Amino acid sequence: MNDPADPPAARALEVEQLHKRYRELAAVDGVSFEVLPGEVVGLLGPNGAGKTTTINMILGLLEPTSGRVRIAGIDVATRRAQALARTNFAAVYATLPGNLSVRENLRYFGLLYGVGALTARIEHLLEEFDLVRLRDTKCGLLSSGEQTRAALAKAMLNEPRLLLLDEPTASLDPSAARSVRERIKRLATRDRCGILWTSHNMGEVEAVCDRVLLMSRGRVLLEGEPHALPHEHGAGSLEELFIRVAREPLVAAVGGPP
Amino acid sequence: MKARPIVGIVLRQFYLLRGSPVRLFPMITWVAIDIVLWGFITRYLNAVNGGRFDFVPTLLGAVLLWDFCTRIMQGVTTAFLEDVWSRNFLNLFASPLSIGEYIAGLVLSSIMTSVVGVIVMWLLATGVFHLQMFAVGLPLAAFFMVLFTFGIALGIFGTGVVLRFGPASEWLLWPLPALLSPFAAVFYPLATLPPWMRAVAHLLPPAYVFEGMRGLLAGQPLALGALLQGAALAVVELLLAAYFYTRVYRHAVRSGLLARYAAESAA
Repeated sequence: MNDPADPPAARALEVEQLHKRYRELAAVDGVSFEVLPGEVVGLLGPNGAGKTTTINMILGLLEPTSGRVRIAGIDVATRRAQALARTNFAAVYATLPGNLSVRENLRYFGLLYGVGALTARIEHLLEEFDLVRLRDTKCGLLSSGEQTRAALAKAMLNEPRLLLLDEPTASLDPSAARSVRERIKRLATRDRCGILWTSHNMGEVEAVCDRVLLMSRGRVLLEGEPHALPHEHGAGSLEELFIRVAREPLVAAVGGPP
Repeated sequence: MKARPIVGIVLRQFYLLRGSPVRLFPMITWVAIDIVLWGFITRYLNAVNGGRFDFVPTLLGAVLLWDFCTRIMQGVTTAFLEDVWSRNFLNLFASPLSIGEYIAGLVLSSIMTSVVGVIVMWLLATGVFHLQMFAVGLPLAAFFMVLFTFGIALGIFGTGVVLRFGPASEWLLWPLPALLSPFAAVFYPLATLPPWMRAVAHLLPPAYVFEGMRGLLAGQPLALGALLQGAALAVVELLLAAYFYTRVYRHAVRSGLLARYAAESAA
C-alpha cells in the first residue's frame, strides 16, 4: 500500500542490466529501462521475446541471473515484501479465484497486500470499476469484460506505484477493451501510477502508451514514442515495425530504412 | 510475520466453506463412517471376547487419534491445493505475502477445517460407542499435540512435493496416511512388527503416541521418555518439512517453476 510517509520516488520502476539464462539460452539478455510515475510504457515483442520473463522477474516470481529491479526505489531482491506492497498486476492468464465472489476476492487480496481501511477501499473500487451490482457474484461466473474489471480492481487495491498489465484486454470485445484502456489511462494520470503494459494490439499501444520498448530475443532493441518510432526506423506503422523486428535478424531490423 | 496476510489466507478458506457448504460433507462423512465402522467392530470384538478386554478405547481411540492426525495433514494440503486448482499462484506469490505467512495461514486453515471433523468424531465415539478418552488423563493433550505437529509436518512436506513435481503429483498425497499407518502401529503393539518395520516406526512420532496410549490403557505408567522422544521427533520433522518447503520454493523461483506453475495447473 502506498504509505503517505514514503518519499515520492523519482521512478516507479528501474530495471538495470537484467539477465536470465537457462543454461545456454538467454531468455532476457541485459535489459534496462525505467517507468516514471504517471507514465504508461508499452513492453512489446513477438512471442518468446522475453516480455513475460521480464515481468516475472519484476514481480519476484523469477530470480534474475544478474541485474537489479527497483520498485519505487526499493530493491525487489533484498526487500521483496516492501517492494511488492507498492506494485500490483493483472494478466489475462492470472484470473481471480473463480469460486470467490468479487467482494470476497477483493477482501482476500486486500489483506494479503495489507491495505488499510479495507472496507472503504473495496466500496470505492466496486464503484470505480462498475462492479457494485456484481459484488456478490462469483468471479468464475463473470463475463470476460467483467473479470478484467474485477482483476483491475484487485490490481488497484493497494494504490500501487507500479502497475504491471500483461495483455489486459486480450479477451475483450472492442468496446470493453476501449473502456478498460480509458480507465487505465485515467488511473495513470490521476494517481501518478507508473504502468508497464504488454500487448500484441499495436493500435491499442499507440492509443495508450506514452513510450514503447520493443523486445526481441531477450533484448530491448528499440525505445521511443509510439507514433514517432516507426518513422524513425523507416516503417509505416508500429505494427509494420513490430513485424520487421519479429521476423528479421537483429541488426537488419533496427538498421533503418532499406 | 504480519497478521493480516495470514488472516487473508484463513478467510479465503472460510469463504470457500461458506460459499459451498457441500465442502463440509467429506469433512464429516469420512470420519463419521470411520467411527461408526470401527465402533461396531469393537462392539463385536467385545462380544466374542466375553468382556475380558475392552477394545473400545484401544481401537476406537486409535481411530479417533489417527483420523485427527490425517485431517490436520489434509487440511494443510487441501488449503494449498485450492490455490493450485484455482490457478491462483501468480496472484498469490506476486503479493507481499511471505512463505512463513503463507504456511502459517495454511496451518490455521487446517485447524479450522479439522475441528469440524474432530467434533463429529468425538460426539459419535462418546455418544454412541461410549468411548471415554478423558480416562487417559493429561497425557491425552500431549498425544494430540504430537499428532498435530506431525500432521502439520506431513502437510507441509506434501505441499512441497506438489510445488516441486507439479499439480499432477497431488495424487501422491492422498494415500500418504494410509501408507504410513502400518508403520505407525495405530492398531497393534510395535512388537507385532518385523524388525525392519519397527526401525521405520521409530522415526514416526505417531508410533510413540499409540504405544503410549496402549500402555496407559493397560494400566502401565506413562512412558514419559518415549513420549518426549516422539514429541522431539515431531518438532524435528516439522522443522525439516519447513526447510524442505523453503528449499523447493527457492528452487521454484530460481528455475522459473513458480512462474510456469499457472500454465501447468491448467493442463
